[in-house]
Amino acid sequence: MNDEVFMGVQLQLRDKKYRVKAGITVFKALEQVNIPSESVLATRNGELITEDEVLKEGDIITLVAVISGGSIFPLNG
Amino acid sequence: MKCRKCGEKAVINLRQHRLALCKVHYLEWIPRQVDRFIHKYGMLSQQDRILIAVSGGKDSLALWDILSTLGILADGLYIDLGIDEGVLYSHISRQTIEIFADTRKLHLHIVDVKQEFGQTISQMANKTSRGKGKPCAVCGLVKRHIMNRVAREKGYDVLATGHNLDDEAAVLFGNTLNWELDYLARQGPVLEANHPGLIRKVKPLFRLSERELAAYAILKQIRYIYDECPHAIGSKAITYKEQLNYLEEQRPGAKLNFYLSFLKAKKKGLFNAIDQEQMEKLNTCPNCGQPTTAPGECTFCRMVLS
Repeated sequence: MNDEVFMGVQLQLRDKKYRVKAGITVFKALEQVNIPSESVLATRNGELITEDEVLKEGDIITLVAVISGGSIFPLNG
Repeated sequence: MKCRKCGEKAVINLRQHRLALCKVHYLEWIPRQVDRFIHKYGMLSQQDRILIAVSGGKDSLALWDILSTLGILADGLYIDLGIDEGVLYSHISRQTIEIFADTRKLHLHIVDVKQEFGQTISQMANKTSRGKGKPCAVCGLVKRHIMNRVAREKGYDVLATGHNLDDEAAVLFGNTLNWELDYLARQGPVLEANHPGLIRKVKPLFRLSERELAAYAILKQIRYIYDECPHAIGSKAITYKEQLNYLEEQRPGAKLNFYLSFLKAKKKGLFNAIDQEQMEKLNTCPNCGQPTTAPGECTFCRMVLS
């Protein structure tokens, strides 16, 4: 994505960037880029926002991945 | 969306509970929930000396923070696995925990695997057939051994871990897909010490989702290691968690219902026969004193001390 001519709303998850149209909710935006809302937290300017928040032109939404991994399978005590 | 308690702007919507909360009320709600689960499932008593296994991730640090908030004193145990893989993973996680413990004046035990056994987890994994291509299996084995040993040697009554609902549901999902009856029989939020070589284990966060805990850590400004362990990338556990999250999105509460229904079935005795069989099969490793299913040295001792 070319940041110089950025339009709409930018979603950023780790090193991946997605672009969606303004005027839709966070929930809808996540659905459009195929990210389950349960797997991330959305933040704007460092503040947590809920999924019903309507995104505005120029918004940059940083998505915080919440899944952690490691040695959990199989777990045998 | 408004906070259900005060009407201020909500920072999180918990769809499975139909509950939206602002920062202030969310930071009150989480410790209250944990306190409720600790009592409901009889996890801790006032006399218990508690050790928390901390990794530097959000869950274990949130657990340590929540217990402190509740006035429950607990010491930490960090196992330095020596995982580097070009990203200094263990180095950064160790530093994160040391800062956390120092600033809160909490007591932290550190076991350095390389120092103690002369090899890192990655080196151990490369040497054994068990670990070839799947260091997580070796890592789990080593961590369980060290946790049991340190807890017993230092006189703790209980080991608390930061396993959350997603961890538990993913394990249950994997074990159910493969009908791993032995593992299913042993899974639960409280694992009693049914052998002198084991420490009692509890998981006070098991009913809270990763999303809830990540939100708690962010709002509480807990500095945690965000990136995955390089060995966990592409692991089955992560794949299962992702699949369960797709299901959760369609049916809020699906993960919690899946896990609680399992606990209910277990309570009704679904796995009693297997449990009994496992108990009868337990032997004691002559070297370390921890349980093993086969007579003679346990897998850990055979792998590490050979």
